[in-house]
Amino acid sequence: MSIVTAARRSAYAGVLLAAVLTLVFLALPAEAQQAAAREPAYRAFPLLGSRLAVWAVAQLHLNFAAFILGVPIFAVIIEIIGWRTRDARYDWLSHEFVKLTFAAFSTTALLGAFLLFLFVGYYPKFWTYMSSIFFPTYWVYALLFFAETFTVYLWYYGWDWLSGSRKWIHVSLGVLSNLFGTAILVVANSWVTFMMSPSGIDDSGALKGGVWAAIHNPTWIPINIHRLIANIVFGGTIAGAYAAFRFLSAKTDEERARYDWMGYIGNFVALSAFIVLPFAGYYLGREIYAFNQTMGITMMGGFMSWLWIIQAILIGILFLGSNYYLWLGMERIPGAERYRKYVPPMLIILTVGFMVWATPRSMVVTLDEARAMGGTHHPLLGFFGVMSAKNTVVNLMILTTFLSYILYRRANRISTRSWVRTGMAIQWAAFAVAAVVVVFYGVYGYFVESIVRIGFSVYQVVAVLAAIVVVMAIDVPLFKGARSTGTIRWGTIAPHSQYVLILLAVTFTWLMGLMGFARSGIRQHWHVYGVLRDTSVDAATPALGYAANVITSVTLVFFALVMFIFWIGGLGEKGKETAHGHAPAPVLAGGSDQDV
Amino acid sequence: MRFLRSRFLQAVAIFVLAFVVLRFGIRPPAPWSVLSLYMFIITLALLIFVSSDRDSWRDFVRPIWLTLTDPRYRGLRSVIVVLVPLLFGYYAYTQAAAKPQGPPELRAVHPAPPASIQFRGKEINISGVENPLRKDAAAFGKHVAAGHDTYIRNCVYCHGDNLDGKGHFAYGFNPPPANFQDPGTIAMLQEAYLFWRIAKGGPGLPKESTPWNSVMPAWEERLTEEQIWQVIMFLYDFTGQQPRRWEAGEHASH
Repeated sequence: MSIVTAARRSAYAGVLLAAVLTLVFLALPAEAQQAAAREPAYRAFPLLGSRLAVWAVAQLHLNFAAFILGVPIFAVIIEIIGWRTRDARYDWLSHEFVKLTFAAFSTTALLGAFLLFLFVGYYPKFWTYMSSIFFPTYWVYALLFFAETFTVYLWYYGWDWLSGSRKWIHVSLGVLSNLFGTAILVVANSWVTFMMSPSGIDDSGALKGGVWAAIHNPTWIPINIHRLIANIVFGGTIAGAYAAFRFLSAKTDEERARYDWMGYIGNFVALSAFIVLPFAGYYLGREIYAFNQTMGITMMGGFMSWLWIIQAILIGILFLGSNYYLWLGMERIPGAERYRKYVPPMLIILTVGFMVWATPRSMVVTLDEARAMGGTHHPLLGFFGVMSAKNTVVNLMILTTFLSYILYRRANRISTRSWVRTGMAIQWAAFAVAAVVVVFYGVYGYFVESIVRIGFSVYQVVAVLAAIVVVMAIDVPLFKGARSTGTIRWGTIAPHSQYVLILLAVTFTWLMGLMGFARSGIRQHWHVYGVLRDTSVDAATPALGYAANVITSVTLVFFALVMFIFWIGGLGEKGKETAHGHAPAPVLAGGSDQDV
Repeated sequence: MRFLRSRFLQAVAIFVLAFVVLRFGIRPPAPWSVLSLYMFIITLALLIFVSSDRDSWRDFVRPIWLTLTDPRYRGLRSVIVVLVPLLFGYYAYTQAAAKPQGPPELRAVHPAPPASIQFRGKEINISGVENPLRKDAAAFGKHVAAGHDTYIRNCVYCHGDNLDGKGHFAYGFNPPPANFQDPGTIAMLQEAYLFWRIAKGGPGLPKESTPWNSVMPAWEERLTEEQIWQVIMFLYDFTGQQPRRWEAGEHASH
């Protein structure tokens, strides 16, 4: 534990040092500022180059930040469930989740400080410009960081102290830390989104009015929503992977059962948030298009478009993987055999959906193939390459995944309600209506002009969300007090299911890096789009293969660090288990000086 | 018929069936890159299908296990031991052997347009601009007729008299000329985008579009601004497509 404490201390020392450096730099007297103005616009990071160094550290920082901001959101919800239902299991689980966050907290801060050093040292001109716009927000950010840190400390260390009748204070601390955490995210997002879609500035790039106009730029709100949801998914998958790791290395059935359950909850959280993530992504994409068509087309139709094929494959794997895990999990539920017959049709829908989702609009073809097709657009498969088809299948995949969850939910329960038949009929009807609406607007989209077609996606999303609400509104009372066909045999799930959890975490991390590159790369040769040009040696947008290699390397480093941190986090428990921990506090005689 | 219930045979049958349908059931044939992608997804789905419960997995693995370990299948085992490396070798050969054709190309189908272009010394906005000739609804027919004439004189040789990209010269080009009848081409684009493409042609494509090899001429050298807008009106009118409209507030600015 001393390593953790030392790392934490060094992290905060790093953050403080970076903050002080920034403030000193900005508060330099005029003469020194003139000297600073003679500074080069860029410096070269040894060996790697500045861009790669910033890219890798920024991605690592973002991964850790996403984890420590995402996990507490559901940790506090789980704590509230435990508190209201008086089920101690949930309290343990929530504590376990926060423990993971806590272990990663210092690494996040360290990486953040390192990133700041890189900006100040290697991109001084860029950093000076960003400071000229966003300096007031630095203070807010620093204050929020302190508030977040102290609240999380209190939340974690006060777990036992604030129990019983004082539990509400503890839960409030959890809620408060989440509010601070989200506020930190929102502030940082304003910097990132300003670089993409600058606003509130004049032609020379200077602020026209207050900083708020720069913060509230066109992509700020969509990124806030998208990242907030994605953080929950990411947190869920990493927590699930941690549980899988603990499950696979467990020595006892009890431990295995505990981490099986934790893995299930992690996956459940990730899946729940993942279902709405495509909608948030679509909203962000639309706003990018609306801000600047060139940027939008670069992203979706231009050279970045190939990333979306990789993205489609990864998202397809996430859908298949999540459902597969649920189906494997049904084996540990007595009574789930009834629903096994639904697996093949659900798998067919997911597979066909995946195939359509991954079909490129413009295909990789040889000259002979192009001639046979009459171009790079296939006359039949080309129909699957456009948004009408993509939106249709992704909505059907979401509906199918939701159906998987509903079947899992009722696997060991038989409703005793008199209206069970009516209720289930309405539920199936809700699924069917949503599917019909989705398919109808998907097909109709081919017969209307683009601007009308874009609006259809809203109807499709609303139909799916409405079906989810209706089905859940019936499901909850329908199975309240239901007859059980047996308790879930936690810990008996097939071990390969745990590798699925790890696969989901790795896939999602990779996906985040990939789409982060797309979001950042569409600025092309601009630090701040249309305002501050990138004149460094790295101004060219990297090739997709190179980007994929960098993202893969960063993902590997991230997981190596995560493994290390989790290992450190587990050291404390090992000490307790073997009863060879540090020496107990010595009992010293006091109150008298006679024995000296 | 008991063997039909074998998970292993079911999986093999589905795999083969899917390959046959995708390889021979789609006309014109799907490109190899897409077929490989589809088969990858189907393989993934099949692995999930056979392993989504323990009984099924056991059933699937059993014939593989027996073939590898049971003395009765020694002959079959020997054949597999020889055949599998040969198949891998053949696959490696087909991938490595030189073929008398260019490698597959990754082309950006919709290159990103610039915010504005220089047209004979005049700056024309591409972002947020509507076809100026559409403002005068009474002259619509006149402009379409003029656009038709311009098209027949200049464009028909490549894009064809049916606007389907099958003109006389079309078969000599890679990439082939655009098919305007395809709902995936002009119907997805604003008229300003077409103006940019017609005015600047292949030479004006951004670097991101390489390798492009487009032989589309830069028509700003031969056509006036009005003629280009007219020919655009003709393209949409003849094909019955609607140009994509700009969303409210859609513009490039900060």
